[in-house]
Amino acid sequence: MYTYIKRITSFLAMFAVLFVFAGEAMAKKSKTLKNTQKKGFVRCGVSQGLPGFSNADASGNWTGVDVDVCRAVAAAVLGDAGKVKFTPLSAKERFTALTSGEIDILSRNTTWTLSRDADIGLTFVGVNFYDGQGFMVRKDSGITSTSQFKSGISACTNIGTTTELNMRDFFTSKGISYEPVAFEKADEVVAAYDAGRCDTYTTDKSGLAAQRTKMKDPDAHIVLPETISKEPLGPVVRQGDSVWEDIVRWSLNVMIEAEEYGITSSNADSMKTSENPAIKRLVGAEGELGAAFGLDNEWSLRIIKQVGNYGESYKRNIADPGILPDRGPNQLWTKGGILYVPPAR
Amino acid sequence: MNSKIRKILPQIATLLAVVFVFGFFTFNAQVNMDNRGIEFGYGFLSQESSFDVQFSLIEYDGSHSYARAYLVGLLNTLLVAFIGIIFATIIGVVVGIARLSPNYLIERSAAFYVEFFRNIPLLLQIFFWYFAALRALPLPQDADAIFGVFFLTIKGLFVPRFIWVNLDIFFYSLIAAIISIVVIRNYARKLQESEGKQLPVFSISAGLLIILPLLAFLIGGVSLSFEMPVLEQIATTSFKYTGGLGLPPELIALTLALALYTATFIAECVRAGIQGISKGQKEAAASIGLTPNQILKLVIMPQALRIIIPPTTNQYLNLTKNSSLAAAIAYPDLVLVFAGTALMQTGRAIEIVSITMLTYLSISLAISALMNWYNKRIAIKEK
Repeated sequence: MYTYIKRITSFLAMFAVLFVFAGEAMAKKSKTLKNTQKKGFVRCGVSQGLPGFSNADASGNWTGVDVDVCRAVAAAVLGDAGKVKFTPLSAKERFTALTSGEIDILSRNTTWTLSRDADIGLTFVGVNFYDGQGFMVRKDSGITSTSQFKSGISACTNIGTTTELNMRDFFTSKGISYEPVAFEKADEVVAAYDAGRCDTYTTDKSGLAAQRTKMKDPDAHIVLPETISKEPLGPVVRQGDSVWEDIVRWSLNVMIEAEEYGITSSNADSMKTSENPAIKRLVGAEGELGAAFGLDNEWSLRIIKQVGNYGESYKRNIADPGILPDRGPNQLWTKGGILYVPPAR
Repeated sequence: MNSKIRKILPQIATLLAVVFVFGFFTFNAQVNMDNRGIEFGYGFLSQESSFDVQFSLIEYDGSHSYARAYLVGLLNTLLVAFIGIIFATIIGVVVGIARLSPNYLIERSAAFYVEFFRNIPLLLQIFFWYFAALRALPLPQDADAIFGVFFLTIKGLFVPRFIWVNLDIFFYSLIAAIISIVVIRNYARKLQESEGKQLPVFSISAGLLIILPLLAFLIGGVSLSFEMPVLEQIATTSFKYTGGLGLPPELIALTLALALYTATFIAECVRAGIQGISKGQKEAAASIGLTPNQILKLVIMPQALRIIIPPTTNQYLNLTKNSSLAAAIAYPDLVLVFAGTALMQTGRAIEIVSITMLTYLSISLAISALMNWYNKRIAIKEK
């Protein structure tokens, strides 16, 4: 008996130590930029395969609009858009990978919400795709609108996403009882829905459009017109490194602003002699924009030359493969969309 | 004095090292969390979870707390572990005995089963059962009734729900039956010890278990009706069953995979246990006139169980821990609901993972304690 008590006390003591050790916050400078330059590559967390956003081809080359954000940062801080190490992450792993320092940018079709921004040590730097949650159903089900949903419907989706919460809000507000079938990986969601396990598949509309291309018979499925939520997707960085945060934010903003001023990867060099000072600033021919981040003055020129402007990235990754040919809200504010970034000056 | 110090010193050094390592990691985690503005605390457990779960044994929806979601996941884990252990034990015992069968065909098929199922990774087997089932099972509207009442479809297994009237009287009749069986058993033992007569205890017990509840139905006012699952259309090609009791295909696939996989190991434990008893025991028992049934029940099994129980406990623990692979096929167990969705929505990785680890630890220790108690009870009392 005595040895038992002794054992238990020592076990408890160890546990107490685990929680009592109070760490004093140490004053630290932002090190992410320095580390990245020392390593020679940007560490970027992406999805496990979402066509148009982040998807690896057979030879391991990553493409997509989310991938391009990381490439832009690499072009800005390392001078070469190819110097990115991509880490595929599940929805569940992504934030832990970022906060634990395994990656430095999370560019993985991640919805910007208050609790994520404020609560768990993350900072969202902007929006590179305005999305909204929708539903996909089989065409032969005869359903053409979410208003035809009836109680008892089963819905396949991913765990660990805002999708699960929106789905509940939607069905509860309509008074429809439903069966949520939530998988950890997108591939299994698609497989289960495709096999007939669920009546509908719900996620961000861009995701639905992209996953539809993976199905046995893409034409047998339709995406319903309704959008049930706001899903501003954007890159995320760790809290507490404001310089790095600014670099990522402005790498994205430069791409969008470049499109606004008509600067493309092919005409960027010739734009140096433009009459417009705003254009000259963007291609590094005027002003000292890079100095604020500790970068040279051609950082933005490299982004535009190596990655292209936002419109080029969208066309290459999303429009041309036929995922979402219509840019919808992801059009510049000057052309009827809601892409509007602060001026780079 | 010197020898005492020599004995204690290494222990103190080890303790210090352990404390230091724990302390270092805790300190490091604290500093990092402070730097990133992450707070530590379990307060989130009382917040509204705002996500729904597919399958729950208790009443739950998104308006309940995270603590309740934890409970839902825990109960689902226990459910799959419980059913899995029962099936694994039944299959394991049957296959284990079959491997010792003198019949070549039975012995070989049992051996094939064991070698096949224990040598394929469990996750693959779970995927196989799930996606094979999904592909092979009919849509609800195409399903044929099994025995006229069960419907096995891609959306799950639907069975009639029992609706009882005067369930309590039925219950009392069962209790009465059990009490009389205990009394009769004691009487039979005394009779055998004093006069050497043997009563057919088994047949009497079975009779009591049937007759007393039957009386409850006939004169006690107990009645039982069934609520049949009914096919309902929710869209042109979408159907579902309402009413009755629905078991999701995820639960079925997971239980099947876990039971078939773990049963192979239990079968080997059973075979080892029986083969571990020397032939002389059986021959000696036969020579004093025991029947083959009595030999198995009174001589072989009590000794074999001593060998079978400890490794089988391990298999029970493995099955319980392996049930966490449920996350791959959307069965809402503790890992999927709590260490999955709840972790994601709250971002409280350290808190949730620590709770989940402690929970699995407690479940395992509980199973272990139960099996150790059973093992002690059946152990040979050395006099």
